[in-house]
Amino acid sequence: MYAVTLADQTDFDGWRHAARQLALAGVEPGDVRFSVVGQTAEDLFEDASSLLPEPPAGAEFTVPREVVKRLEQVIHHRDPDRFSFMYRLLLRVSREKNLLRIASDPDIQRLERMEKSIRRDAHKMHAFVRFRKIDVAGEEWFVAWFEPEHYIAEREAGFFRARFTGMKWTILTPWRSISWDGADITVMPGASKEDAPADDAAEDLWRTYFTSIFNPARLKVKAMQAEMPKKYWRNLPEAPLIPGMIAGAGKAAEEMIARAPSLSAPHHARIQEQYWEPKKMGGMAEEEIAETLDALEKQAEGCRRCPLWKDATQTVFGEGPRDADVVFVGEQPGDQEDLAGKPFVGPAGQMFNATLEEVGIDRQRVYVTNAVKHFKFEPRGKRRIHSKPNSGEVQACRWWLDQELTLIQPKLTVALGATALTALSGKTLPVTKNRRQIVTTESGLRVFVTVHPSFLLRIPDKETAARERRLFAEDLAAVRDLMNAA
Amino acid sequence: MAQLSTLEKLAILSDAAKYDASCASSGSTKRNSLGTGGIGSTTGAGICHSYAPDGRCISLLKILLTNFCIYDCAYCINRSSSNVRRARFTVQEVVDLTLDFYKRNYIEGLFLSSGIIRSPDETMGQLVEVARQLRVTHRFAGYIHLKTIPDCDPLLLEEAGRFADRLSINVELPTDDGVSRLAPEKRPAEIRKAMGNLRMKIEEKSEPTLRTKRKERFAPGGQSTQMIIGADPANDDTILKTSARLYSSYHLKRVYYSAFSPIPDAKSSLPLIQPPLMREHRLYQADWLMRFYGFEQNEILAGQSDGMLDLAVDPKLAWALANRQRFPVDVNRGDRESLLRVPGLGTKAVAKILQVRRYRTLRLEDVGRLCQSVNKVRPFITALDWQPGGLTDNPSLKARMTPQPAQLSLF
Ligand code: SF4
Repeated sequence: MYAVTLADQTDFDGWRHAARQLALAGVEPGDVRFSVVGQTAEDLFEDASSLLPEPPAGAEFTVPREVVKRLEQVIHHRDPDRFSFMYRLLLRVSREKNLLRIASDPDIQRLERMEKSIRRDAHKMHAFVRFRKIDVAGEEWFVAWFEPEHYIAEREAGFFRARFTGMKWTILTPWRSISWDGADITVMPGASKEDAPADDAAEDLWRTYFTSIFNPARLKVKAMQAEMPKKYWRNLPEAPLIPGMIAGAGKAAEEMIARAPSLSAPHHARIQEQYWEPKKMGGMAEEEIAETLDALEKQAEGCRRCPLWKDATQTVFGEGPRDADVVFVGEQPGDQEDLAGKPFVGPAGQMFNATLEEVGIDRQRVYVTNAVKHFKFEPRGKRRIHSKPNSGEVQACRWWLDQELTLIQPKLTVALGATALTALSGKTLPVTKNRRQIVTTESGLRVFVTVHPSFLLRIPDKETAARERRLFAEDLAAVRDLMNAA
Repeated sequence: MAQLSTLEKLAILSDAAKYDASCASSGSTKRNSLGTGGIGSTTGAGICHSYAPDGRCISLLKILLTNFCIYDCAYCINRSSSNVRRARFTVQEVVDLTLDFYKRNYIEGLFLSSGIIRSPDETMGQLVEVARQLRVTHRFAGYIHLKTIPDCDPLLLEEAGRFADRLSINVELPTDDGVSRLAPEKRPAEIRKAMGNLRMKIEEKSEPTLRTKRKERFAPGGQSTQMIIGADPANDDTILKTSARLYSSYHLKRVYYSAFSPIPDAKSSLPLIQPPLMREHRLYQADWLMRFYGFEQNEILAGQSDGMLDLAVDPKLAWALANRQRFPVDVNRGDRESLLRVPGLGTKAVAKILQVRRYRTLRLEDVGRLCQSVNKVRPFITALDWQPGGLTDNPSLKARMTPQPAQLSLF
């Protein structure tokens, strides 16, 4: 039997040194007793030797660094049996590869429970330390009394230093006290509650806040106690108020409900008149035919002709010169267009712009719009998946497209993709068959047919994508020639 | 009007803020004051410094700059027609209170909102000024959450994002119809646009700038929103649909659900009942399923004819009971997605199962050690020594899994 006496409760170096010697000599956990100086009656282990065993020559002992780190944390636990548990675990880890990964093993579970308890204790310390301000030689000093469950005070000094760097403070605890004077951390022996200041002027403000922020109609005492166990209450200035708040909650809530709606406050009418009455007159009704594109755009902002407005951010109206010779019509705005409120600004729009530039069409000179003015999508977690507008929606939205075209009177319209072609021609025509041709619609509109740039972005194969990209550029070059010829 | 003391103002302006559900101080980047010698740090995870008897955590000084407001939203105690006492903090008072509380470790930071006085820009300007003074003048590194005013100047929004950890814009109610009925002066279209702008700004600033190759600090904790539940007739399906849209459209960090709570001097158009806290709780659970468990919004309530979440059981269990053909899942072979759907297995338990099973074949006992309650899991899994047999399809399974008190009350 061996007896190991550690210098104090968290003497990890002492424990580690002893554990290493013992493990090298192959000593089983049952044959070691650990204790802390001054904490155990020595004579309990009369038969124990305090000399550590000599390891056999050439003996080796290695464990993953991870276990050392974890044990270093666990030594801060209050459990008096922790030193032997740590030794047992150390031996098991050296013998059983992967043991640390087996969360269902009872020893690993115990390890995790202990770690969790220490983490929780540290978290509660971060939360429930309450400083009181005193004056030390004309300077502000903040002092707190706190009772952690485990031996963690010294370990947590770093947290408080990083948080309250610009402040001088002391945290007193029964085991050890820590202090920061703006330059150094000092660790001192434990203290008692009486060593801390008794009061602080800010506590009245804090108690006022605590009572006022509580909504008596939502009483949930259990939830509160689960997070703020009673053992911490004795050091919280607000805690003495809690029983009274709970007892009075029912009545307070009833009063809130019972207080009948009263007459409007005296200033209400004046506010309504000053801020709201003039605005209530609203804009133009949809039925009146807009005479300018700007008026039309304003009308479209409030469009409710189909359900698509409900999920989208805003109406994305066309953009460009009001008298453009050429109008490009896409399908519908996408994610980026929906946020920006402008057509063709997302990835497809960028591809479109790049191609325009390549073939020498000035985007400033053309008008760009969509067949459908609201973004239709399916939410998928953090993304919105574009979904194709159906014929009802395309039909409903033609109201705007038709008026745009009537007001602009372009010489040529370019249908980008099938939806645009349907919207412009009023019937379903295949894009591929009519590509790079001009279809004349019933209303006499000349429509040049090509694909939608987003189609180019979806081609996975590089070669095909490059070829399609070229074809698209050739299409736009044809548009350019038509523009120049006109 | 007699001058109010800071204490009186605090009482009024924190009372006015207590109906707002958003409070978390989590989700920002880690930082501390070691480098600046100032005060404050954020851990990334957030710390709750106290709890009110309503079970809600107090981690921030949550106050209004003023409860004067030109809007008249029926559900709000600060609406212009309300007879509530009014008060207004100065910028200096809010800064001092925040620092005084923070230095005593009462709080993680500030959540500042405001009624709208005179103009959105003026109000927003003051909120930004509080944040600016804290950050710049006092080198304050604690958490700051600002409620932004939808119609304000985008430049103010940019300023706000530079100083705040999180920005929020409330959608107020689950549907635009609800907003136009209960908050006639608010314009849902403006609220959406503001959220869209904020998302664009956050994304733009998270790209390193060309010149400095460094990211600009801009609302590192993202944006959040709140909607009030139970003040209008929207059902849970509609509410979750709105959330799914908000998450996907504006990349919100959180959608807060706030069970409508009676307010003193309420408008008669509102239900004067205890807030539907259980419903709120179920909505949060359903929200988690969407954000962390890979559920699509439309799956959660599929087959539920009234579009309401079951109040008796949590939404994951309700889904499993309605989709028993998907069970049992083999804990030794099932993929992560299927395991995440097992009632009683959280994300942590699933991660552990996946790790352990690389070395061991799991028995029921092992699973019991990895999750909270093996009883909850048992009907939905198979393990080396466990087959649920007819249990999975047993018609009385729901009754068995429903918390006991409801049953016992029969006797
Ligand atoms: S998609 Fe078109 S028709 Fe439908 S609401 Fe939007 S603007 Fe109106």
